[in-house]
Amino acid sequence: MSAARRGARTGAVDVVVIGAGHSGLAMSAFLSQHGVDHVVLERGQVANSWRRERWDSLRLLTPNWLSRLPGHRYDGDDPHGFMSLSEVIAFIDDYARVVAAPVRTGVTVTSVTEEDDHYRVSTDSRDWRCRCLVLANGAFGKAHVPAIAAALPPSVRSLTPMEYRRPQDLEDGGVLVVGASATGVQLADELQRSGKQVTLAVGEHIRLPRSYRGRDIQGWLESLGILDQRIDEVDDVVRVRRVPSPQLVGSPATLDLNALTGRGVEIVGRVAGIRDGRALFSGSLRNHCAMADLKQQRLLASIDRWIEHHPYRVDLRDAGTIAPTWLPDQPRLAMDFGRERVRTVLWATGFRPDYSWLHLPALDAKGQLQHEGGIVSAPGVYALGLNFMRRRKSSFIHGAEDDVRDLGYELLAHLEAFDRCAATG
Amino acid sequence: MLQNGTQVNNGVNVAALLDARQALTNAPEAARFKWRATTRWVNGTHSRSTVSSFFGLGAEQSRKVEFKYDADHPEVFASEDHGATPVEFVLVGLASCLTAGVAAVAQHRKIQLRKVTATVEAGMNLQGILGIDADVRNGFDGIKVTFDIDADASKEEIAALVAQSQKRSAVFDIVTNPTDVAVEVR
Repeated sequence: MSAARRGARTGAVDVVVIGAGHSGLAMSAFLSQHGVDHVVLERGQVANSWRRERWDSLRLLTPNWLSRLPGHRYDGDDPHGFMSLSEVIAFIDDYARVVAAPVRTGVTVTSVTEEDDHYRVSTDSRDWRCRCLVLANGAFGKAHVPAIAAALPPSVRSLTPMEYRRPQDLEDGGVLVVGASATGVQLADELQRSGKQVTLAVGEHIRLPRSYRGRDIQGWLESLGILDQRIDEVDDVVRVRRVPSPQLVGSPATLDLNALTGRGVEIVGRVAGIRDGRALFSGSLRNHCAMADLKQQRLLASIDRWIEHHPYRVDLRDAGTIAPTWLPDQPRLAMDFGRERVRTVLWATGFRPDYSWLHLPALDAKGQLQHEGGIVSAPGVYALGLNFMRRRKSSFIHGAEDDVRDLGYELLAHLEAFDRCAATG
Repeated sequence: MLQNGTQVNNGVNVAALLDARQALTNAPEAARFKWRATTRWVNGTHSRSTVSSFFGLGAEQSRKVEFKYDADHPEVFASEDHGATPVEFVLVGLASCLTAGVAAVAQHRKIQLRKVTATVEAGMNLQGILGIDADVRNGFDGIKVTFDIDADASKEEIAALVAQSQKRSAVFDIVTNPTDVAVEVR
């Protein structure tokens, strides 16, 4: 391709925002308010991963009153409800319209490279050249499947939560759900209710009641300032970023291991290996449950302490008692896929952002983005929506507001410095 | 937790451990260790093992002394009982690993320990190793570790110490998860 022709097909803009989910749109709104020339590139439609990569029954884990974006909040008649998938899509769609975000839909970014002091964003249509880049492509871009999945017998279908839609799509037979964080417990519950026998492999997990003393747990976490906790307020940010998502479902009911056991789900230890057509489960189940029980007790005790110091105006119910996690006397250590007719393994083993297209010196040896609170190690590049990126709420919908403001001003300062350099240089 | 002004000392150099953690984060190759033991047959079921060198921090490491361990089986096995049975060495490994972990975590959390005792019991059905019943495994059918801990901490803090010690324990991981074992003859 000749330079002239390439130039003709290249759009020039100050900022390219990659991804038109809630974070990218919130940054777009900020940039528009500050008169910054930008474009939002979206591989599909607005709120694409909610449309294409989530299961049918998914609801937000935060109540409607908390699910807000800058200048845009839930205005329906069920503030304590939880948005369904279609409601989340409509909410984000509305936001894109309200802020008049310059979204180019159906544009897939194929590569980002440095080009003198700019960035070149190559796509499956035209290229863009920009000074700043906002990575709002999401923390949940690809489902992580452990390497041991390769040892599954051919009779077993391996599925990720991004592929799974509804129980009816699965073959007859039992299901092994691997992972007991939010995704794993929700899918185990839905599959067991649909009549399948579910075995749930449980590693490290965070147990949380949906409500405590009659109030939603996310409300408590917000009141206690836990959701607003910043990365400089925790002792080991690497560790807290790895903490799995709590066992929650977007409904008034608690969905912990005891609820699942009560419905007939069999609880086993984490999958330690797959050999000779059998899954082997770790003997660490007791300790993983003991840790989760202790952490839950500590959190509830800290809520009680908070209540003592902040006379809460609403009548609170008794704390009640929460049973420790029930465990079988002898947790099972192995499962034979053939003999027990387990035909599906659902890997609820976490999500990772996808940066396979990001060709900048900003990824470490493990392919993870190097950043300080979303300020990426490549100059003028910012991330959004990653797990505990700046604050505990960074990956939540309502977490976008503070992060976008902080990083938006960082970005403006970078553009100004850029202009000054250009003027004097 | 201890009152202000009191120095917690469980004999664990936490600062050195945290420094090592930082150093090994930045130098992943130095974190690769090799542990070794050599076992020589003496007579009957009696063997003597020695433990001395290991590899770590990118170099061969030696100790001031060589540790020696006799292993045998008790007289009810028609053996001469010159030492603990190999399965008991596994229990010793597990309990001492967890106990070391309790001390390290307690030091890090500023909890003074006064007494820590771990008692381990493991069940085994000999029909496995004797080949009587193919459905019975050779190894333990379960292990129970009971800690008695006297420390300046609440019951919950002590439970959390023991839980964290399991989470970070090498032997707990070795015992609870499968490990690929290659046995060769030279």
